[in-house]
Amino acid sequence: MAYPADLKYTKDHEWLRVSGDVAEVGITDYAQEQLGDVVYVSLPEVGTRVNAGEAFGSIESVKAVSELFAPAAGEVVEVNTALNDRPEVVNTSPHETWMIRLRLADPNATGSLMDSAAYEKHISA
Amino acid sequence: MVPYAGWEMPVEYSGISNEHMAVRTRAGVFDVSHMGQIEIAGKNALAAVQLISSNDAGALQTGQAQYSALTTPEGTFVDDMLVYRMAPSHFMLVVNAANTARAFAWISEQIKTIGDVAAIDSSSRYALIAVQGPAAREVLQPLATIELGDIGYYRFGYGEVAGARATISRTGYTGEDGYEIFVPPNAADRLWQAVLDAGRSADVIPCGLGARDTLRLEAAMRLYGNDIDETTTVLEAGLGWIIAWNKGDFIGRDRLLEQKERGLTRQLVGFEMIDRAIARHGYPVVSGGRQIGVVTSGTQTPYLKKAIGMAYVPAELRAVGTEIEIDVRGRASKARVVRLPFYSRTGPRTGSGRSSTQA
Repeated sequence: MAYPADLKYTKDHEWLRVSGDVAEVGITDYAQEQLGDVVYVSLPEVGTRVNAGEAFGSIESVKAVSELFAPAAGEVVEVNTALNDRPEVVNTSPHETWMIRLRLADPNATGSLMDSAAYEKHISA
Repeated sequence: MVPYAGWEMPVEYSGISNEHMAVRTRAGVFDVSHMGQIEIAGKNALAAVQLISSNDAGALQTGQAQYSALTTPEGTFVDDMLVYRMAPSHFMLVVNAANTARAFAWISEQIKTIGDVAAIDSSSRYALIAVQGPAAREVLQPLATIELGDIGYYRFGYGEVAGARATISRTGYTGEDGYEIFVPPNAADRLWQAVLDAGRSADVIPCGLGARDTLRLEAAMRLYGNDIDETTTVLEAGLGWIIAWNKGDFIGRDRLLEQKERGLTRQLVGFEMIDRAIARHGYPVVSGGRQIGVVTSGTQTPYLKKAIGMAYVPAELRAVGTEIEIDVRGRASKARVVRLPFYSRTGPRTGSGRSSTQA
């Protein structure tokens, strides 16, 4: 699977899709492959504030639990509740499946995140 | 591939859920050659097995197997095992890979007092391929020289499978119908390939440790190291049915009888989560913030699609329907004690039967 050029990436395999001052957050294809079949996603409540690098939830597969880390600081304005019933879409469409929508504290502070080329290099290292 | 009890084994080939569902709806193939085999033979072989095993080996006909405990003097587990009666005075014990050396040392020591019997660790003589699922027999029959339908459940026979001399046992660790095929190690590769080739049109697939664990959990089969070990008695583990009280004395019988008469203080139960959370091995069972028990196995399983598990709880909480609390990574989450097994192939099919596909 190619890593979309319009996403920004973290070392911990989350991605950010920025649209003005709101951004969607999800996990990458690499992450879903490492996890295995996703059975459960635990997401925060709307209104929760997170800092960059802070855990905002967790994602579970049959064999493991992993924390989800916020790529940027902001306030959770929407949570993808469809994941309650169909968590497996994270495996089938990792780059289209958003988990939370964040109103970014600083829309310009995403520069330190990786672009798709840098992320591809990161995972093949 | 991961290291497992001194072996390199695959966690999965095509996804744990995919493999799990294949076994429940078609068939899957497992390389379980890591299991250990200990053979006991000689004039007093039966007496020796009766001493070290909790179940009644004397009730076995030649060609029959039974599940049993290899017990310590405290009535706890050196290992759990399958006891096969190969001949009136020849038994084969199939034990866990991680325990083979320890079980063999234990058995050798214990049977010293009995003359005219020898025990050998014959693990290196056997590779073991398991074919499990409702389509197992159909897939294997064209490869076998004997009528597989003639082998009853927990019975075994001899023949050739894919040209390899084999002991074919109608046993398994999945809760499905199926066969475990013992062959010489140099025939394993050919057998593995032949089964997958024969099963291709039925979409029979290889399965790894991940699915092996989720399948056995749904069937409530105990896993040594998780649900049972040297600190848990056969009664506490809910396995009283493998104790043959009237067969005569065996190691640990006295302590088990005492425990039976006194009553248990704790018991292994099955549970189902009520709150949206998944309880896993090691998570505490709590009450009023205090730990009162522990989860021994747990996950959300692919067929039942529920978060289930087994846990040791105080005996007064063991009744089916009792609500218990499990600390899931800091959050007290409600669960309910349920009847075991969670899944039975002869019971109502309660799962959704969904098969998953990976991107």
